[in-house]
Amino acid sequence: MDQFTTHTGAGVPLRRSNVDTDQIIPAEYLKRVSRSGFEDGLFAAWRKDEAFVLNNPLYADGSVLVAGPDFGTGSSREHAVWALMNYGFRVVIASRFADIFRGNSGKQGLLTAQASQSDVELIWGLLESEPGAEVTVDLRSKTITAKGILAPFELDDYTRWRLLEGLDDISLTLSHAADVTSFEAKRAGYKPTTIGA
Amino acid sequence: MAGTLAEKVWDAHVVRRAQGEPDLLYIDLHLLHEVTSPQAFDGLRLAGRSLRRPDLTLATEDHNVPTTPGPITDPVSKTQVETLRRNCAEFGVRLFPMGDVDQGIVHVVSPQLGLTQPGMTIVCGDSHTSTHGAFGALAFGIGTSEVEHVLATQSLSLTPFKTLAVTVDGELSDGVTAKDIVLAVIARVGTAGGQGYVIEFRGAAIRALSMEARMTVCNMSIEAGARAGMIAPDQTTFDYLQGRPHAPTGADWDEAVALWSTLRSEDDAVFDDEIHFDAAELAPFVTWGTNPGQGLPLSASVPDPASFEDDSDRASATRALEYMGLVAGTPLRQIRVDTVFVGSCTNGRIEDLRAAAAVIQGHHVAEGVRMLVVPGSAKVRLEAEAEGLDKVFSDAGAEWRLAGCSMCLGMNPDQLAPGERSASTSNRNFEGRQGKGGRTHLVSPLVAAATALRGTLSSPADL
Repeated sequence: MDQFTTHTGAGVPLRRSNVDTDQIIPAEYLKRVSRSGFEDGLFAAWRKDEAFVLNNPLYADGSVLVAGPDFGTGSSREHAVWALMNYGFRVVIASRFADIFRGNSGKQGLLTAQASQSDVELIWGLLESEPGAEVTVDLRSKTITAKGILAPFELDDYTRWRLLEGLDDISLTLSHAADVTSFEAKRAGYKPTTIGA
Repeated sequence: MAGTLAEKVWDAHVVRRAQGEPDLLYIDLHLLHEVTSPQAFDGLRLAGRSLRRPDLTLATEDHNVPTTPGPITDPVSKTQVETLRRNCAEFGVRLFPMGDVDQGIVHVVSPQLGLTQPGMTIVCGDSHTSTHGAFGALAFGIGTSEVEHVLATQSLSLTPFKTLAVTVDGELSDGVTAKDIVLAVIARVGTAGGQGYVIEFRGAAIRALSMEARMTVCNMSIEAGARAGMIAPDQTTFDYLQGRPHAPTGADWDEAVALWSTLRSEDDAVFDDEIHFDAAELAPFVTWGTNPGQGLPLSASVPDPASFEDDSDRASATRALEYMGLVAGTPLRQIRVDTVFVGSCTNGRIEDLRAAAAVIQGHHVAEGVRMLVVPGSAKVRLEAEAEGLDKVFSDAGAEWRLAGCSMCLGMNPDQLAPGERSASTSNRNFEGRQGKGGRTHLVSPLVAAATALRGTLSSPADL
């Protein structure tokens, strides 16, 4: 995973709450077996509407999505994270995220910056009055800056550290493989296995 | 040992605990299906890693499979299923493919085999893994990166969840089911209220539920935003498990039951949050909007968005009514449907089919309504056929299908057409969930069956 320290890019205001992962990427796009090429499925149903924000050329180069509360609810599909990243997003700002989506994002290096809803409203206001305005998200100081706006955001310390260092979770765990082995030695004998029966 | 059921199970699985780090938690059972696993197996191969415990891993084909006889015709779906078969063969994972007597929806298959047991940690790249919490297991959905992590290490790095007690006291009225309980809970808590929590469902009304009904309740915990739902194991749990293929036997059974009997929240356990319901006040519940929290009793009317205090709730309701093609003030009972779907990991078990069949028996589906009945597994299908339920449905004009996820998410050909409206026993009414432009009302199997007969959202009491 690449290190994430700070990112500056055009913001995209998505004034919707409860954006579920079925909206981020519909099921028909989940049939692929790769991790790339999901950008065409991103918000596929909504992009059929000409008025949808991503169809506005002024937001075409956006890399910071600013969404309403409860972003990423529903299905655990990590394809939602791949679709956002394949499209070019590096950061999602919202006042609340669904747990599984946020976990998946942290594994892939998509920053989920949890800001207050009032700050989200301020950023929406800026992005709508000045489409293409840049937003800087600094993971070291956990701040969002945009023209005239300085907003703090939350991310748990451990995920922040992993993103700053660009560390792969599996390598970290494999360094504790001996602990897993000794745990396994103590497991109750009646616990089921999937073989036989 | 900490006080709540969730904490007890968590603490019994901590492999490593270090200051400032998440706990490393051992995973007892890892379930796989074709949609969220291919990229994880690819990751293993790329890094030259092996699968640590194939004997604690199980795969089934469910999301893409057609529910009519014959092979998969969509080439992309076919590739995905074939990829799962190749990966399982290469890494030595037991797989139940289409046509196997043990094939079915992953969350129906594992409990019926007796693999889902109290006190276990169970994960799957599928948010409805919360289903298995009905046995007092800590079970939750994960993304593909975590699937790869579990394949490689049989463990996960996790920050402890908070605990929410949902107590349902009293006794349910006739015609009110587990599905109505959980839809009412989600309507109260909201789709975000459970974020960061494990919900423990407690109280007399929960204790009185069968295992299958408990699975329905825990299944939809994720729809309240919670990673997991749990119910303490009791005699109902033990009776369900005893004699199943993977359940312990002999002295192992006695040892297991002794330990399982300790898996309950202590009387003085402190939950981070608690809410209470009176079962007697619950009624058949249906959703009117585009998230599972937008639900009301069937006797209510479509709400006026202006009645919501919160700005984002109001905007969400406005948008939902527009998408659903509904007008505020319309009695829910007047809403006409095109399709009725009975099935899914929420309500695709034998008791669900029996409940629907009992309503349908001797009647005919309303003119212009298509009813699909999709068993949750091949075994459920065989059991239903042995009881003659297939004939009850077919005689009524419903379609009796093969097992799979089917119209719950429309990855196979079972989909709503744009603008079509369904009453569905599944778990999500998101925009386009059951097919592009499709409109979904979530209901119980009883309401689904009554709706199929009348053509409008109905309960058996309306017949």
